[in-house]
Amino acid sequence: MAPVGGIARQPRGFGVLLVLAALAPAVVVVYAMLSDLFMGSNWLGADPVKSGEHLLGEWTLRLLFGTLLITPLRRVTGWNWLAKHRRTLGLFAFAYVSLHLLTWTLLDVQIGISEYVGWADIKKDILKRPFITIGMLAFLLMVPLAVTSTKKMIARLGKNWRKLHRLVYVIPVLGVVHYWMAVKLDITEPAIYALFLAGLLYWRARQARITRAAATVPSPAETVAA
Amino acid sequence: MIDTTMTRSALPSSEITPESVYLDRRRFLAAAGVLGAGLVVAPALGACAPAAADASQQGSLGTPYGLQPYDKPNSYEDVTSYNNFYEFGTGKEDPKANAQQFTTKPWTVKVEGLVSKPGDYQLEDFLKPSKMEDRIYRMRCVEAWSMVIPWRGVPLADVIRRAGPTSAAKYVEFTTLYDPKRMPGQGMRYLDWPYNEGLRLDEAMHPLAMLVTGVYGRDLPNQNGAPLRLVVPWKYGFKGIKSIVRIRLTSAMPKTAWSEAIPSEYGFYANVNPEVDHPRWSQATERRIGQFRRIPTLMFNGYADQVASLYSGMDLRRNY
Repeated sequence: MAPVGGIARQPRGFGVLLVLAALAPAVVVVYAMLSDLFMGSNWLGADPVKSGEHLLGEWTLRLLFGTLLITPLRRVTGWNWLAKHRRTLGLFAFAYVSLHLLTWTLLDVQIGISEYVGWADIKKDILKRPFITIGMLAFLLMVPLAVTSTKKMIARLGKNWRKLHRLVYVIPVLGVVHYWMAVKLDITEPAIYALFLAGLLYWRARQARITRAAATVPSPAETVAA
Repeated sequence: MIDTTMTRSALPSSEITPESVYLDRRRFLAAAGVLGAGLVVAPALGACAPAAADASQQGSLGTPYGLQPYDKPNSYEDVTSYNNFYEFGTGKEDPKANAQQFTTKPWTVKVEGLVSKPGDYQLEDFLKPSKMEDRIYRMRCVEAWSMVIPWRGVPLADVIRRAGPTSAAKYVEFTTLYDPKRMPGQGMRYLDWPYNEGLRLDEAMHPLAMLVTGVYGRDLPNQNGAPLRLVVPWKYGFKGIKSIVRIRLTSAMPKTAWSEAIPSEYGFYANVNPEVDHPRWSQATERRIGQFRRIPTLMFNGYADQVASLYSGMDLRRNY
């Protein structure tokens, strides 16, 4: 598809800028959380662990949405060079979800830190509390995607790589459901995320339908033969 | 040994100390040049904290009820900036941000239902016959965090006794102000406004149950439920209904806001119980605001000695 307009080639320094932009929230959140906890600052309010944990979760979703936004953005703008940055965003999403999980286990539940919490507690949380089960499932599904993100793995897996990486459509859905179930009553924010995700997935579905329709339209040769 | 000094408050010490103590202390502190710079352990406090933890001690912030050694009062800042008060928004910082314009004068409390003396009372008249008390209680939120808070208020039993419950009265129902213009959160239907809460009459008559008008010896800030709120320290925090305008004695169990909203997660009793989990999280431990490490949650929030008898023979797993 020909570029509709815009920048046909990647602006210089874009890659570095993107990495810095994706990194910044993590640095800020983790610093603020630890500083509030152990150095008496007050960046994140009275309960820095919960605030930090939630922020890292929300940033995971934003980065996952970023990976899904690349293709529509390419279509609209013709900036095909965006494609290679999908991996950057995907890997950052994985980094954020790891930090989210670490915050939960070490600072919130305090496995191995509080004498009053044991592995049995976290096992119970994961198995018996649906919103945690779903969140954990989303995390586990992200692991193979992160592991197979190298050029070598892409080459080795061939066709299967594409199949495996279709999980990028499932993972954010699980993430949003996890968020939705975690809030008590005011679902405004998860609803905004859900709406945004629905838009992205709708665009995909429509695109897939168009492609399928194009593939099943009889070719001129067939029409003539009939 | 109980240490009732604060570590993080910037309150002038005069605000939180019984007059007799602080007069001496103020001179001491002024001389030391540290007045208003946070609390230091003043000599006057030495006499207030004999060894064992029991309910009879007098601390600078009032009576510390059954506190553990790790129970230190949270800072005034934490107590007044981290609040669940959905009438002013659902975020923890929302109430402080959105409640500043809220006016609580004049304030009328309606007493009605199965009482011999129903009526509308100006708040001042309503409380005047009772002696104000300072008490330090643990506050355990159903969300598994907690604080230690020096409240000021009157025993709820006092007020109910004055209203004269009839023999048919079995429950007490409390209602928050409903005024969406003044309480912007009521524009959203998170809960079926106005907020209602309730206690069994014997729970309400328990000496630990309190109607609160102040914190840290100051008037209750709006975000903490001014001008009048309930504090029932052995129950989860959401039982502590805020900005009360009506108290009604009834024969039937009142409907309560959270148990109406999500009956599977919140019940009428809502007693703090480490053995009965919330469906979405464990209640066995809690994180104390201002401290990092989790601490164990105690049965009835540590007030079992005083209140367990209210529930003898009851299945607390079913009556959550």
